[in-house]
Amino acid sequence: MEALWLSLKLAGCVAGILLLIGMPVAYWLAYSNWRGKFLLESVVALPLVLPPTVLGFYALVALGPRGALGKLWMALFGHGLAFTFVGLILASVLYSLPFAVQPLISSFEGVDRKLLDASAVLGAGSLRTFWRVILPLSLPGVVTAAVLSFAHTLGEFGVVLMVGGNLAGVTRTVSIDIYDHVQSLEYGEANRMALALLAISFAVLSVVYAVNRRVWSPWAAK
Amino acid sequence: MVTVGGEVNTGMLSARIRKERRNAGASSFLLDVSIEVSSGITILFGPSGAGKSTLLDCVAGLVRPDAGRIEARGDVLFDSSSAINLPAQRRRIAYVFQSLALFPHLTAEENVAYGLSCLQEEERRERVGAILQAFRVETLRKQKPGDISGGEKQRIALARSLVTEPRVLLLDEPLTGLDAELKASIVDDLRAWNAAKRIPILYVTHLRDEVDALGERVIAMENGRVVSAGAPMEVLDAPRRKKLALAAGFENLLSGAVLDLREADGVMRVRLGESACEIEVPLGYAAAGDRVRVAVRAGDILLATERPHGLSARNVIDGQIVSMERRGTMVIARVDCGVMFTVHVTPGAVRTLELTVGRRVWLVLKTHSCHLVE
Repeated sequence: MEALWLSLKLAGCVAGILLLIGMPVAYWLAYSNWRGKFLLESVVALPLVLPPTVLGFYALVALGPRGALGKLWMALFGHGLAFTFVGLILASVLYSLPFAVQPLISSFEGVDRKLLDASAVLGAGSLRTFWRVILPLSLPGVVTAAVLSFAHTLGEFGVVLMVGGNLAGVTRTVSIDIYDHVQSLEYGEANRMALALLAISFAVLSVVYAVNRRVWSPWAAK
Repeated sequence: MVTVGGEVNTGMLSARIRKERRNAGASSFLLDVSIEVSSGITILFGPSGAGKSTLLDCVAGLVRPDAGRIEARGDVLFDSSSAINLPAQRRRIAYVFQSLALFPHLTAEENVAYGLSCLQEEERRERVGAILQAFRVETLRKQKPGDISGGEKQRIALARSLVTEPRVLLLDEPLTGLDAELKASIVDDLRAWNAAKRIPILYVTHLRDEVDALGERVIAMENGRVVSAGAPMEVLDAPRRKKLALAAGFENLLSGAVLDLREADGVMRVRLGESACEIEVPLGYAAAGDRVRVAVRAGDILLATERPHGLSARNVIDGQIVSMERRGTMVIARVDCGVMFTVHVTPGAVRTLELTVGRRVWLVLKTHSCHLVE
């Protein structure tokens, strides 16, 4: 159960951080006219196609005692980042980035441009337009982004193994715990954890689809 | 306080704008206009694609002109020569789009209050209440746009734009799709509001009947340029351009050759097409043998079943009805006189004159119903 709690905590932190990072990135990708923006779009989508081991490997190198991030962290806090919970969060944020950014982009792009023009001629700057118009009208996308990055982090395995290792209470998440149980032929225990993960993932995805189908809509259907 | 010397241009919007737009493919569109709009309603009229909306977008600051200068009530909003370009949110120019663009997640009241974020709560509430009342939608204050009917949505969009006390109001076909009565009542409320404020209102439309209903002044545009400006009668009843003539409801556009000029009478004779059909039209800048175009409204043509006598009208042409089509309370008859004429008659006239396809008829055109078009 410690592993499940750890996984939920990790997924929660990652989803929160991704919303904060994802919104400005998605805003820029949705509205910028820069011709080279396809490059950033590709970078954001990379984790979708790379094997988790590749991402995990580079994350491990960067977070390790010789990596730039690892060195900085070492200087600030006196210990490295690899095989720590914070290191795990950083790697997971990278790994789940597209799951947060892409739903945000498509919901931002779905907002009628005329509404943004209307907001501007009524005297609102772009920050106010974002808070008062774009964000409220993109709520289903925000919920989708949060839930998908939560669920995706919950289910990750390769990156966690590469960056976090397998330290009980620190980096041993549910997926790794299940793997351990299977390796030691404790099928009953493995099944219990697997079922819990299955149930949580199903519940979480149901929320996404319900919101997008407007079963539970934040406002009345138009 | 005493003002000396009077106001300078305070009620005016003046804009000189050049903007090139590249469309997909090789074609490009050039907007090149210079307009002056004084307080009150000015109609911007022209066929779709004339550049009317692009002009409004430039004035509002949503599109940046390539060159030019835009000034509203004494303040420079854009000037390419001194690199001034006020962003849209600082221009204080109200703009009502054709789609209205009401915020779907906000109530009518919240929509109207949107532009007043800088005010104190109490003053905001007061002004929102007053304008909702002026546009007679105060009962809808708690409703969202999705639950509000057409007509009332237009009123709320107008209230939202005007509550900010803008320098200029731009309206891009905001009343499209409403019936004439509803349009008239909204326009009356707009006029009543503007009686005190006296701001310039630029109203875009491509509908002739809106010009007649609203127009104090008209600026006619075609192909990115202003082709004429003045009172509606002057601008639209003597169209000098083909597209404008069609948009302004001249159903008959006939080409012909000038036969001779009769300067003393102020008329000239024109032979239409390749036919033997000759008509007398007002004298224009043309010489004998020149090709000209003549525009005639279908509703300005009289139709007779016998050759008429004792009329002041100079043009009596005989022909044959080739088709009749009822549209609403009007019958559109096509008459072959060597060239084809479109004539509007009432269903009652069709009955009493027993008009049928194939019947021989005479068309009567007053000389001054025939307009020369460039």
